[in-house]
Amino acid sequence: MTNDQHIISVENLVKKFGSFVANDNLTFFVKKGEIFGFLGANGAGKTTAIKILCGLWKPTSGSINVAGFDVYKQTEKIKKNIGYMSQKFSLYDDMTVAENFTFYGGIYGLKTIKIKERMHVLLKKLGLEEYKDRVIGSLPLGWKQKLAFSIATIHEPAIVFLDEPTSGVDPVTRRQFWDMIYEAAHEGTTVFLTTHYMDEAEYCERVSIMVDGHIEALDTPAALKEQFGVGTMEEVFLKIARKEVVIQDNNVTV
Amino acid sequence: MRGFIIKEFYHIFRDVRTMIILFGMPVVQVLLFGFALTNEIKDANIAVLDHSKDIVTTEIISKIVASDYFKLTENLENEAQIEAEFRKGKIKQVIVFEDNFAQKLEKDRNASIHIIGDASDPNTASILANYTAAIIKDYQAGILITQAPFPMMITPEPAMLFNQELKGVFMFVPGIITILLMLVCAMMTSISIAREKELGTMEVLLVSPLKPVQIIVGKVTPYIVLSVINAFSILLLGYFVFGVPIRGNIGLLLFETILFIVMALSMGILISTIARNQQIALMISLAGLMLPTILLSGFIFPVENMPIVLQWLSNIMPSKWFIIIIRSIMLKGSEINYIWKETLILLLMISIFIGLSIRNFKVRLE
Repeated sequence: MTNDQHIISVENLVKKFGSFVANDNLTFFVKKGEIFGFLGANGAGKTTAIKILCGLWKPTSGSINVAGFDVYKQTEKIKKNIGYMSQKFSLYDDMTVAENFTFYGGIYGLKTIKIKERMHVLLKKLGLEEYKDRVIGSLPLGWKQKLAFSIATIHEPAIVFLDEPTSGVDPVTRRQFWDMIYEAAHEGTTVFLTTHYMDEAEYCERVSIMVDGHIEALDTPAALKEQFGVGTMEEVFLKIARKEVVIQDNNVTV
Repeated sequence: MRGFIIKEFYHIFRDVRTMIILFGMPVVQVLLFGFALTNEIKDANIAVLDHSKDIVTTEIISKIVASDYFKLTENLENEAQIEAEFRKGKIKQVIVFEDNFAQKLEKDRNASIHIIGDASDPNTASILANYTAAIIKDYQAGILITQAPFPMMITPEPAMLFNQELKGVFMFVPGIITILLMLVCAMMTSISIAREKELGTMEVLLVSPLKPVQIIVGKVTPYIVLSVINAFSILLLGYFVFGVPIRGNIGLLLFETILFIVMALSMGILISTIARNQQIALMISLAGLMLPTILLSGFIFPVENMPIVLQWLSNIMPSKWFIIIIRSIMLKGSEINYIWKETLILLLMISIFIGLSIRNFKVRLE
């Protein structure tokens, strides 16, 4: 069932909270090395799906495979093979750059030598080597965000999950951040991200758009724009969202 | 795991506020309570109303005055003067001898002395009354020996004005240890876990291969270590600066202290499963833990004096039981067979708190 090319495969994922259905029969695949955009309004069920993929929550039903491991039985292995960065950057402000690297490397079970080596490589890439001993709290937001991304990949995970990684960041930094994402993808890391910014959706190789617990559209940004006959992802999103409103209206009148 | 603990120490040592609470508070509290709340009273002004004025009463009065505790400032003539003297505020205690004291003592083998204290300052009043009673008992013992075959009785009857029936000895060192452990363990852990939630680092930790148990143990270990150090530095300070005795077994004391620390930690963990951020964690800890600990545990106000409802409430305060335990060990030198009930209650509380925390945690992950 799992294809070598599919690093994440989700079939008929259902997640219910009591009578509320957060994820209604999701089916999708993510290819290895792909930048996959996971879009949807707040409350559409994105976070639930990500938590299940990361092994935090158990699905109600469906067969889900992440990095070659089953989410029901092999969550430990999944956790070792994924990186995660939340919208809050999740670094410790009162610790230095190097200490953050050491700590996060440590919780992924990396040896001290390996951590030093990875820290050297990653900081060099960012050009932040001389700030190794600076406390995170004293660094600008954009740097923190890049460091958070580097640290999320310190253990060279197969997949990185980015939960709204660019919220609250200025456009220039966002652009630079995307360069990092491209580079990671180029090196073979799969990037799975959620975002509110529709212009960022254009940068993804494929996007899925969730509405009310199910996937309304899933394709490359170019194909989606063509399908809906519009020029930007923003318009695609609005059309999908509006369609949903129309359906709901019909339900009311019938 | 080791890395986790190191990280937690960074958080503690780099935050000035945390450091002050951890290390400043204990010393300041001990010194403050120690010097400000001394139980020793010297040269308290007293008045005597002697209706009898015979040999026995004169002897007793001179014995009382001869002690370091009292200074006779006034000889009253009638009952009406008592209240007036108290109102002036100089007199702490009035001793009243009934008329024909020596005669009654001889004939009826019973005579009474009325000790009236100014309980607007209840601790002082009660201590003075106890001193007086002790001196009288001493005197009584003296005549018992000389007039052997028919022992006579003198019954001191202390009465507290403005506050009847007050009991309680101020034992501040056990109380401070209790409050401090509560503060450090419950409040600091709940805040530090809530902080991880607030910063979003908790999410990252949960997604990492670390098991939730490892995260919790990693977070609380530094606080356990610091709390034990704290508890013992307070004991040492109490012992050397104020001469508070430690009569019991140090090993038992250590065991019970660690038990209480674990209890406070499990409470802190429970709070952190409820609180979304640091502010809420702080509020719950302060309002829900610190105040009841101080007020209801018997640290300052004796539990026996509280209304039944509050007495009942105080039973669910873990600190009440720990104060009983630690006081018995330190002051009475009790062994485990005297305090096993309290120990069992603490154990029960630990399992309830941990059980609830696990349940809350699971609900969140479902």
